[in-house]
Amino acid sequence: MRASKPCIALLMATLCPALMFGGTISGKVTYTGTPAKQKAIDMSKEPSCAKQHATPVMTEGVVTGPNNALANVVVYISAGADDANAPAQAVTFTQKGCQYGPHVLAMHTGQELDVLNEDQTSHNIHPLAKVNREWNKSQPPGTPPIKDKWDQPEVIEVKCNIHPWMHGWFVVLKTNHYSITGENGGFSLPNLPPGKYTITAWHEPDGKQTQEVTISGNETKSVDFSFVLKPY
Amino acid sequence: MRGNMGGKIFAVLVIVIALASAVPIVTHTWFGSNISLAPPEDISTHGSEIDKQLDETMLEAGLSFLAAQLVLGVFVWQFGGRKDGVLKNFPGGAKYLVVAALLLVGAEAVALGALGTKAWGSVYFQPASADALQVQAQAGQFAFYFRYAGPDGKFGGIHPEKIDEGNSNFFGLDPENDIPARDDITSGELVIPVNKEIHLMMHAKDVGHSFYVRELRIQQDFVPGLDLSVHFTATKVGKYEIVCTQLCGLGHYNMKAYLNVMSQDDFDKWLKAQSQ
Repeated sequence: MRASKPCIALLMATLCPALMFGGTISGKVTYTGTPAKQKAIDMSKEPSCAKQHATPVMTEGVVTGPNNALANVVVYISAGADDANAPAQAVTFTQKGCQYGPHVLAMHTGQELDVLNEDQTSHNIHPLAKVNREWNKSQPPGTPPIKDKWDQPEVIEVKCNIHPWMHGWFVVLKTNHYSITGENGGFSLPNLPPGKYTITAWHEPDGKQTQEVTISGNETKSVDFSFVLKPY
Repeated sequence: MRGNMGGKIFAVLVIVIALASAVPIVTHTWFGSNISLAPPEDISTHGSEIDKQLDETMLEAGLSFLAAQLVLGVFVWQFGGRKDGVLKNFPGGAKYLVVAALLLVGAEAVALGALGTKAWGSVYFQPASADALQVQAQAGQFAFYFRYAGPDGKFGGIHPEKIDEGNSNFFGLDPENDIPARDDITSGELVIPVNKEIHLMMHAKDVGHSFYVRELRIQQDFVPGLDLSVHFTATKVGKYEIVCTQLCGLGHYNMKAYLNVMSQDDFDKWLKAQSQ
């Protein structure tokens, strides 16, 4: 066990700067204008899914919350952070009730992606990748998860070739510093060493916005994004 | 004669098989929907014509089949096992035999065609009446979608580049620039009022599909690039299955929708709820 002491010391030395200079960038994503109405999804052709929902599932192209908060926005560090390694832990994309969960899934390049089918019907997951290699795989009920990973950063639209209404996104990033807004629109990117960062916010129908932020020491900086939404 | 026992057994077998084959034909024709072999209940105004035509076809083809099998049976019974050459030639030889067979089969085909034209024409050669309810049907891999004009009574135009299935824009409507499209109603279920003529305008989004409702006695292909249509009047409230009957790809087995026939009142309520 003694031999491992230098290893621990080395590990501490590597981790300590991150712990000591734990700067944070946080803020809120809001919208102006009129958001498109969410529409009820008609799943009548797939009764095994339709009966899982007491009220109809709504489309998730634009999801908003109180005080003009905008959900499903991926906020991430697009330049300045040094984290080329993917986490060992896999991210999970679940097909349940003929719906993708989550609607927007972010991951690191090379990180394992597990696609689960929890329905009593077959799905055919089809990520429409353009930079990475596109694939589409059939997944009957009860089959093990489909495992895959993406080599290049890319925003990939995902659809099901059997159920046209199923729709989601893989946001593949070269960073582990990302946050996806919920219905309160809030995000937080902690554990940032001092430096100059480019923060990017991506929203499905509106594309990307960026801002520059400089972190010095153990501070929390506030950055807000606002998207202009159109009703159609 | 003892040497011909196998031939006689075969002759009896031929007749038994023919009679057994006749069972579904007879039940179809004379017992109607009381027997499970019969087609499902007809819920359309034109369906009785189709059913009548099918009955006539079945009866005529069935009787011809029975007669042919009986003749075959008699010949096998009578002459099976004989080894000493030709019995008797058809008058005029093989050439006339072929001509006679062609005339017989031809007459049957022409008769069926002539009789069937009436039933076919009642569905396909009559235009839909002017006050028929217009519904647009779109088939795509692997679902049907139906569109109603909404309160303004006008359909919006279709712009394939605007199709956005994840946001329920299955038809490619452009509500931003096209005002009639704004109140169009899209449904995954074909909801119609009972006893009202429906004019279904059909288009395929990608490949060939087919619209088949057994109870309506309608089966019509969707062909990419062609504007096809059918019209019908449903006479019974209920929920019926619409299935795709053209192999259209991997998910073909899963391509279906429901036909929901409602009273006019319920339909009006449904339509109103959809447009809110």
